[in-house]
Amino acid sequence: MTDRTAILDTLRTQIEPFNKKGVAITEATSFQGDLEWDSLTVMDFVAAIEDEFDIIITINMQAEIENVGQLADAVEKLKG
Amino acid sequence: MTETGLQSEKLPAEPVAAPPARDLFAKFDPLLAERAALMGSGVRDPFGIVMEQVTSPTTAVIRGKETILLGTYNYMGMTFDPDVIAAGTRALEQFGSGTNGSRMLNGTFRDHVEAEDALKEFYGASGAIVFSTGYQANLGTISTMAGRGEYVILDADSHASIYDGCKMGDAEIVRFRHNSVEDLDKRLGRLPREPGKLVVLEGVYSMLGDIAPLREMVQVSKKHGCMVLVDEAHSMGFFGEHGRGVYEAQGLVLGEDVDLVIGTFSKSVGTVGGFCISNHPKFEGLRFSCRPYIFTASLPPSVVATAATSVRKLMTAHDKRARLWDNARRLHAGLKGLGFALGTETCDSAIVAVILQDQAQAVVMWQALLEAGLYVNVARPPATPSGTFLLRCSICAEHTSEQIDQVITMFASAGRLAGATE
Repeated sequence: MTDRTAILDTLRTQIEPFNKKGVAITEATSFQGDLEWDSLTVMDFVAAIEDEFDIIITINMQAEIENVGQLADAVEKLKG
Repeated sequence: MTETGLQSEKLPAEPVAAPPARDLFAKFDPLLAERAALMGSGVRDPFGIVMEQVTSPTTAVIRGKETILLGTYNYMGMTFDPDVIAAGTRALEQFGSGTNGSRMLNGTFRDHVEAEDALKEFYGASGAIVFSTGYQANLGTISTMAGRGEYVILDADSHASIYDGCKMGDAEIVRFRHNSVEDLDKRLGRLPREPGKLVVLEGVYSMLGDIAPLREMVQVSKKHGCMVLVDEAHSMGFFGEHGRGVYEAQGLVLGEDVDLVIGTFSKSVGTVGGFCISNHPKFEGLRFSCRPYIFTASLPPSVVATAATSVRKLMTAHDKRARLWDNARRLHAGLKGLGFALGTETCDSAIVAVILQDQAQAVVMWQALLEAGLYVNVARPPATPSGTFLLRCSICAEHTSEQIDQVITMFASAGRLAGATE
């Protein structure tokens, strides 16, 4: 399994508790449009992702991340 | 506004009268619809309260009815202090109604300097800068102190002015879980060592009235080489031996543990304005670089004169402090005794937040209290943490014990009516 596939798998697991609408998760799934997360949910989710991968996703970076694929890219980059 | 020099030299021959292709107001539709639905249910507008007369620090006339004020942040009851009013009146007569200009150019009057001197004395600080509001103090200080490539680390439940200060600046912004020392430590540990870092904390978080474990948080911040700013807006006047705030109450020292303190004149001081104080030898540099200080009009002379007098009186307001804490504890215990879920287990501050199930319950209860003659604040997400609906009480040193008892009785009836208590 490549690093990116592993990251996407982990992201899917982490999204699950916040996926109240049972949306099917693909790389194109958007956090605001498809999952309809409010700012409080986004905050909790980001904290969970940061702890999972031991990284920091600054608020500045979060503004650029709209969907699951972009988040996977960001995590891959931040993990170095 | 200042002319930009970008105005066109000639007017168009035929003025264009067509409507805009896209209505920029359309984005407000969901908000307006929600508000219309709420108003349609027959409740009053919680955000449209008009105080027709204010008769004392704790009472006003609202819709013709004498009402106890329990939602004003007038913690120390300074708004009707005779010395404060006299100072404002004198300044109004001697210096006129307004300053017309910025502190940097033409808006610094005697009483601005006097207010900064009073603050320096109050905090035992070498530097003080007065801003036009507390919002601007945070906006200006945070955005100016941390620049490109540096970091601001803030509590997730920070006030909007702190978030907006972060947004206005160029620094990288990192958030940690509310009041979690462990989470702060963990996140600071993940940041690169070299860049400058500013940790922003609040003494009292205003929605639930909970206080920060500043001692531990400052210790962790210093371990990671950060500077620390503490916003003490909701604690000034009654926390600590000199009323400096939660940082003082927890034994922290300005210049050693805490680098900057932000505060406001609109709460305990009883007027309007904001400030930042520090012991740092280069603190004045902030004054010359801070846009929300430079590019805005300064406070009217009467306002800064009342602030200076009030700040000096707060230094020795020991009786008021004791009365405020007595009142807060009495209310907290009374509401807890009625079975309400409160924002804090113990009485941590002069804010007592009653947690309710949903917006309908919060508004029904808020209206019942208003009709009974009590004004409190209703708060809802996203202003509140964890999506809670609150009725928020802020207590004043000038509330009498009888008023507090009356308030508890009103809450008992309103709580039953709204189905919030048995």
